[in-house]
Amino acid sequence: MEKFTTLTGIAAPMPLVNIDTDMIIPKQFLKTIKRSGLGKNLFDEMRFTQDGKEIPDFVLNQPAWRKAEIIVAGDNFGCGSSREHAPWALLDFGIRCVISTSFADIFYNNCFKNGILPIVMPEKVVKVLMEDARKGANARMTVDLEAQTVTTSDGQSFAFDVDPFRKHCLLNGLDDIGLTLEKVSAIDTFETGAAQSRPWV
Amino acid sequence: MSGKTLYDKIWDTHVVDTQDDGTCLLYIDRHLVHEVTSPQAFEGLRMAGRKVRAPEKTIAVPDHNVPTTPDRVKGIENEESRIQVEALDKNAKDFGINYYPVNDIRQGIVHIVGPEQGWTLPGMTVVCGDSHTATHGAFGALAHGIGTSEVEHVLATQTLIQKKSKNMKVEITGKLRPGVTAKDITLSVIGATGTAGGTGYVIEYMGEAIRDLSMEGRMTVCNMAIEGGARAGLIAPDEKTFEYVKGRPHAPKGAQWEAALTWWQTLRSDDDAHWDKVVTLKGEDIAPVVTWGTSPEDVLPITGVVPAPESFTGGKVEAARRSLDYMGLTPGTKLTDIRVDTVFIGSCTNGRIEDLRAAAAILKGKKIAPGIRAMVVPGSGLVRAQAEEEGLAQIFIDAGFEWRLAGCSMCLAMNPDQLSPGERCAATSNRNFEGRQGRGGRTHLMSPAMAAAAAVTGHLTDVREMMAEAV
Repeated sequence: MEKFTTLTGIAAPMPLVNIDTDMIIPKQFLKTIKRSGLGKNLFDEMRFTQDGKEIPDFVLNQPAWRKAEIIVAGDNFGCGSSREHAPWALLDFGIRCVISTSFADIFYNNCFKNGILPIVMPEKVVKVLMEDARKGANARMTVDLEAQTVTTSDGQSFAFDVDPFRKHCLLNGLDDIGLTLEKVSAIDTFETGAAQSRPWV
Repeated sequence: MSGKTLYDKIWDTHVVDTQDDGTCLLYIDRHLVHEVTSPQAFEGLRMAGRKVRAPEKTIAVPDHNVPTTPDRVKGIENEESRIQVEALDKNAKDFGINYYPVNDIRQGIVHIVGPEQGWTLPGMTVVCGDSHTATHGAFGALAHGIGTSEVEHVLATQTLIQKKSKNMKVEITGKLRPGVTAKDITLSVIGATGTAGGTGYVIEYMGEAIRDLSMEGRMTVCNMAIEGGARAGLIAPDEKTFEYVKGRPHAPKGAQWEAALTWWQTLRSDDDAHWDKVVTLKGEDIAPVVTWGTSPEDVLPITGVVPAPESFTGGKVEAARRSLDYMGLTPGTKLTDIRVDTVFIGSCTNGRIEDLRAAAAILKGKKIAPGIRAMVVPGSGLVRAQAEEEGLAQIFIDAGFEWRLAGCSMCLAMNPDQLSPGERCAATSNRNFEGRQGRGGRTHLMSPAMAAAAAVTGHLTDVREMMAEAV
């Protein structure tokens, strides 16, 4: 997994609430057996017409936000299906950070497994960041994971919370499976105990 | 110190390790696998030279991509779908996990197969790379969806890195009125709490109306816990649960059954347990409901009218405007005036035998309205066989429904069962998102009986009127 330390980039404003994972990556693109190459289909049905032409109004098709690396979104981003194809598509497009008032649980977890930082901010802060994002390519937002701050293009800084363990893994690009396998003896012990207490499992 | 919730008890039984910051390693008793969210996980194992730690606790079945037309025995035409299903065939074989291939009669939607085969048992932890894993909570199992990286983690370690959620109680008091079903309960709860109302929580559903539900109905309720944002939904096991589980192929037998039963009977929340959030609905207040928009929270009683976007607040105003535009609906339209093109009965929400019985009871001796496309997709090969045995299949066929083979089908339209742009569908599935059933497709969620009623009249219909006719 790629580390996430600091990021200074263009933020795309997506104020719509309940942006679900079917919107982020529609199901016809889930037939792949790979993790890569999904960026071209990110937000496919919002971004392209049925015959594959760009929809000019969609934020990521507008010149100012084509190279966005951050999304500032409405409430409950990533709801719906557990498909990890959603963060894979975001990452492949170049999005490393999503900021919203709330995220759906599974999507939120999936982000951390892929080097994407989801940031929860209060509504009034999201409003400020949304306005900053609307400035487009002339503005750059900065996200500092170590300091746990988001700074707007005009220097307003806002603190955010993040789980310490997840922060540690993201800062260092750590692989969860490797970490867990260091505890394999605890798993062995648990299994031995469970085989006694719940043998039917 | 207060007592424990059911969630607390199952959690405590499965903690392998706790870090100083509260992050836990949780042991996973059952890992269910399907073809869409697993190929990258198996590939990851291969690249790292890892094995599946507990193949005997891992169960795989292809469901999302499989065609449901009878010609599927000849193979899957769509190349990408075929490759994905073949990858699961190979991964199941290479890693030695339990497997129900496409043409096995036990094949079906993973969340229907698990309980049916007795893999899902009370007090277990159950995960799957699929958000509707919440279904298994109906057994008093802690069950939730995970991403593909976590699928790989569970395959390799049989554990999951987790932080504990908060406890939420959803109580449905009293009795349901005639024509009101488990689907109406679960949609009404989401209508009341919103799709983010459960975020950060594990829900336990309680109350007389929940106790009165069959296991099939309880699975419908828990299935949509995720639609309310919760990590999982739970219902404490009782005699109905034990009765359902007993004798299933992978349920414990003999002395182990007795030992299991003794423990299962302790699996309920203590009276003095602490709840971080409580929602109470009166069973008698719940009506047959439908969705009008593109979020499962867009729920109204069938007697209602399409709402005006201005009746909402905040970001929901714009979202409702977008939804109505997408759905092709005008505020003030009576919901019962909305005509449908297609009716879909099936999915992990409503693809079980009781669902087919409820729909068939409405359809018996009737025909679907002219021009309607209607299909029934049983949740598993065994549900299909039972429905044929009970004569339900014939009722559907006589009414004009297509009688399909098992799979996820039009719930998410990864197989050829899809809506065309603008096509409007009465669906018993779980998501009405934009494009969910096919690009531009318009989905109204409802119970199987309500979907059957819509098939007969050609528009959204209050099933109670049809029941009155029958009497």
